[in-house]
Amino acid sequence: MTGGGKSAEGEGEFDVTKHQLVPKHEVLSKEEAKEVLRRYQVKVHQLPRIKASDPVVKAIGAKVGDILKITRDSPTAGKTVAYRYVVRG
Amino acid sequence: MARLPKLIDGISFGLLSPEEIRKMSVTRIVTADTYDEDGYPIERGLMDPRLGVVDPGLRCRTCGMRAGECPGHFGRIELARPVIHVGYAGVIYDCLRATCRKCGRILLPEEDLDYFRRKVEDARATGGDWWDYSKEVISQASKVTECPHCGEKQLRIKLEKPTTFREEKNRLTPSDVRERLERITDSDAMLLGINPEVARPEWMVLTVLPVPPVTVRPSITLETGVRSEDDLTHKLVDVIRINQRLSENIEAGAPHLIVEDLWELLQYHVTTLFDNQVSGVPPARHRSGRTLRTLAQRLKGKEGRFRGNLSGKRVDFSARTVISPDPCISINEIGVPEYIAKILTVPVRVTKYNIEKIRNLVRRGPEVHPGANYVISPDGRRYDLRYADREELAEAIQPGFIVERHLMDGDVVLFNRQPSLHRMSIMAHEVRVMPGRTFRLNLCVCPPYNADFDGDEMNLHVPQSREAQAEARILMRVQEQILSPRFGGPIIGGIQDHITGLYMLTKRGVWLNREQAQQLLAAAGIEPHLPKPAKKEGGVEYWSGKQIFSMLLPKGLNLTYKAKICETQECARCLKENCPIDGYVVIRNGELISGVMDERSCKALSRCEVLDRIVKDYGSDEARRFLDRATRLAIAAAKMFGFTTGIADEDIPKEAREKIEEVLMDASEKVKKLIEVYERGELEQLPGRSLRETLEMRIMELLTEARDKAGEIAEKHLGLDNQAVIMARTGARGSMLNLTQMAGCVGQQSVRGERLSRGYRGRTLPHFKVGDLGPRARGFVESSYKKGLNPTEFFFHAMGGREGLVDTAVRTAQSGYMQRRLINALQDLRVEHDGTVRDDHGHIIQFEYGEDRVDPARTDLGKAVNVDKIIEKVIGVGGS
Ligand SMILES: [Mg+2]
Ligand SMILES: [Zn+2]
Ligand SMILES: [Zn+2]
Ligand SMILES: [Zn+2]
Repeated sequence: MTGGGKSAEGEGEFDVTKHQLVPKHEVLSKEEAKEVLRRYQVKVHQLPRIKASDPVVKAIGAKVGDILKITRDSPTAGKTVAYRYVVRG
Repeated sequence: MARLPKLIDGISFGLLSPEEIRKMSVTRIVTADTYDEDGYPIERGLMDPRLGVVDPGLRCRTCGMRAGECPGHFGRIELARPVIHVGYAGVIYDCLRATCRKCGRILLPEEDLDYFRRKVEDARATGGDWWDYSKEVISQASKVTECPHCGEKQLRIKLEKPTTFREEKNRLTPSDVRERLERITDSDAMLLGINPEVARPEWMVLTVLPVPPVTVRPSITLETGVRSEDDLTHKLVDVIRINQRLSENIEAGAPHLIVEDLWELLQYHVTTLFDNQVSGVPPARHRSGRTLRTLAQRLKGKEGRFRGNLSGKRVDFSARTVISPDPCISINEIGVPEYIAKILTVPVRVTKYNIEKIRNLVRRGPEVHPGANYVISPDGRRYDLRYADREELAEAIQPGFIVERHLMDGDVVLFNRQPSLHRMSIMAHEVRVMPGRTFRLNLCVCPPYNADFDGDEMNLHVPQSREAQAEARILMRVQEQILSPRFGGPIIGGIQDHITGLYMLTKRGVWLNREQAQQLLAAAGIEPHLPKPAKKEGGVEYWSGKQIFSMLLPKGLNLTYKAKICETQECARCLKENCPIDGYVVIRNGELISGVMDERSCKALSRCEVLDRIVKDYGSDEARRFLDRATRLAIAAAKMFGFTTGIADEDIPKEAREKIEEVLMDASEKVKKLIEVYERGELEQLPGRSLRETLEMRIMELLTEARDKAGEIAEKHLGLDNQAVIMARTGARGSMLNLTQMAGCVGQQSVRGERLSRGYRGRTLPHFKVGDLGPRARGFVESSYKKGLNPTEFFFHAMGGREGLVDTAVRTAQSGYMQRRLINALQDLRVEHDGTVRDDHGHIIQFEYGEDRVDPARTDLGKAVNVDKIIEKVIGVGGS
């Protein structure tokens, strides 16, 4: 269901990923995740976190331990990229 | 001497058990006396030598160390009867209410206890706040009337503040209380929020009292030789006295009543020893009537240990005095009174290069200004130049000595004004020693400090090490702070007269002969190599004001913008260079070709094009030079042409006043009609508004219009030949609104954005009829400030003014608190070399600083780049 528009909780539910205030969330592949950790020279726990119970995490089907790439609009830079580590909760 | 630093792994909080108190105590204290007739401390008294040393020279009887090294050692008082610890009366109360009076178990069935026990275990395993469940346990258990464990009927327990417990009618003595607390099992204690590993409930009732070491309560010897004891010692004396009398009476088998009374007295003394401000207890006093400063008082409040000694400390090498202005010194400088310069010192290491200079300073000594106060030899010995033979010492000085010389011209110091809300509140200045008793500062640095001269005081600190001095000079110097990171423009710049002065100099038709031109340039500190005169009349050479000002501008500067005075002018189409008021500024290659210098040129905290361009394109050195000269030139120009303002500047002709009156009468009439329409119920309702709201809005509209019209009429007679108008239009001080309120009409007063309505029933003041909705009855001030307000108007004006004052007070309190919390949250964040923002654990807060890695101080008023300006800079012609 990665990147899919369907909610994990069934048909007809509201799809958060389609909302204009919800930025683009993508699950990184193993290699991509490793590259991010290498680039910033960090351990996973030094990344910002996001709870597994977060609606957007459920919507894109990310699992605990994944790293998400979030691409947001930015008033200063136009577009900006952030990463979050999915934790229990 | 060298002690190994200890690493703190963790801190756990608990209660001291009686055994622990006895174990850490070096002696039992039994006598209330402190010293014998010969002045020696009495053994087993409050000043027992085993409790530590405070007198220099003596060695500690316990640890053998000298004063200053010995940390001091606790003693103890064995209490004849237990007493409640005031600090824990509330916890004790909870424990008593929640447990059975007979068997001591928590008054909940075992299943419930198991449930809570599991919750607590869980929380402890995950590092949660396990003690939070105690609130629930206590509130449930205290409602139970019969013990589910032994069936005992429970009686209602009351806490009579601060330390007396009562069960129905019967008083529970501290002994009774302690017995009950002893019966609480370890696993039940856990559920009450008490970890028995570090704190048993019964330890909240004291049987032994620790006596703090003498190092905590040193006695002071006055000049007369009289010894004066610390407040804590006084209090401990009381405790020991009563404790002794109590134990004597108990032993002698004294009547119950007497023992009870003494016991209660002991409780009082122990209570006030801990906290002398407990409500319901008269504070213990000194013989003089002063209340004693006991343990809690040492910690609490602004001057307490936390706020006064840990969060804030007094420092050496600092000074504080009133500030006053000095337009002649550089923005980088600060005038320091000689008196202060002779007290504050800078340590300098003697080398073969500076030895003669330093010898001279030493010879001059502490009393003559560029002198020195101390000499420190390489072996660490310190010579006070007040008493030493300075001639001999000067000769003895060799490279390697350190001399603490007076503060001198050119030294770097940190200068600060509270409240220190942003980084520009502390800046580095260069010292200029001056006569007088005030710190002198250039007016351009008033905005970053938010300083004025109505009695403001500021602080000065002298960095001692070369590193600190270099760091201050490079990072904190005033000229490096011209651009504010808050909005990317200058926060240091001209103010008030600087603006009017520059305007008067650069406006059209200012012609100066050679003498005048040279006088101005001399004042600005420029060598008078005058350019070619702009015109020659009758054989006399004349220079324009613009020419003179241009001499301050760096070569190659190109700028085109509209001046501040242009803003209020409603030109259908800008005539550019031919603007009637010279509002179109053109600078080409450092030459002011057209336009006047006003707020838009170099005023602090505003969009000032010239200064802004100079700092960003030519650097802070050039900007500092420009500001220093421009402000001095402005002041010199203002002095040369003369500038004054007074109430006469708000005079308008009689016809204008009559016209204003007419406008106001007209508006009043319209409002009256509107009210009539409303009362007839014929008012057309605005969507989403009630009828009444509609009326109010319409009235407000009418009155605002009337006030504006009155203002316009007044403004017609207030031209740029008027000094007050010059200040307002150039942005130097005041606004056109201020002027029209003085000359025309003050206008509607409001509270919470509405016309005034509160006061009496249905009216604002008894001068009006109930229900009067007219302008005068609801706070419209028809008078001008110049004419003066009538009594009702004055009252309404005060109402509106009061709201403003309250708002400011509330805002500062709220924003101060918010600022403190933000500071605490953000203080450890920093931008790493890879552009990420991280905290001190290396946690990433932002992946790219500000998402674009741009330093706001270097932006063009918040925008990263301004393409138009770059084009103009490069090709040298105006873009728009
Ligand atoms: Mg002030
Ligand atoms: Zn000692
Ligand atoms: Zn019981
Ligand atoms: Zn114009």
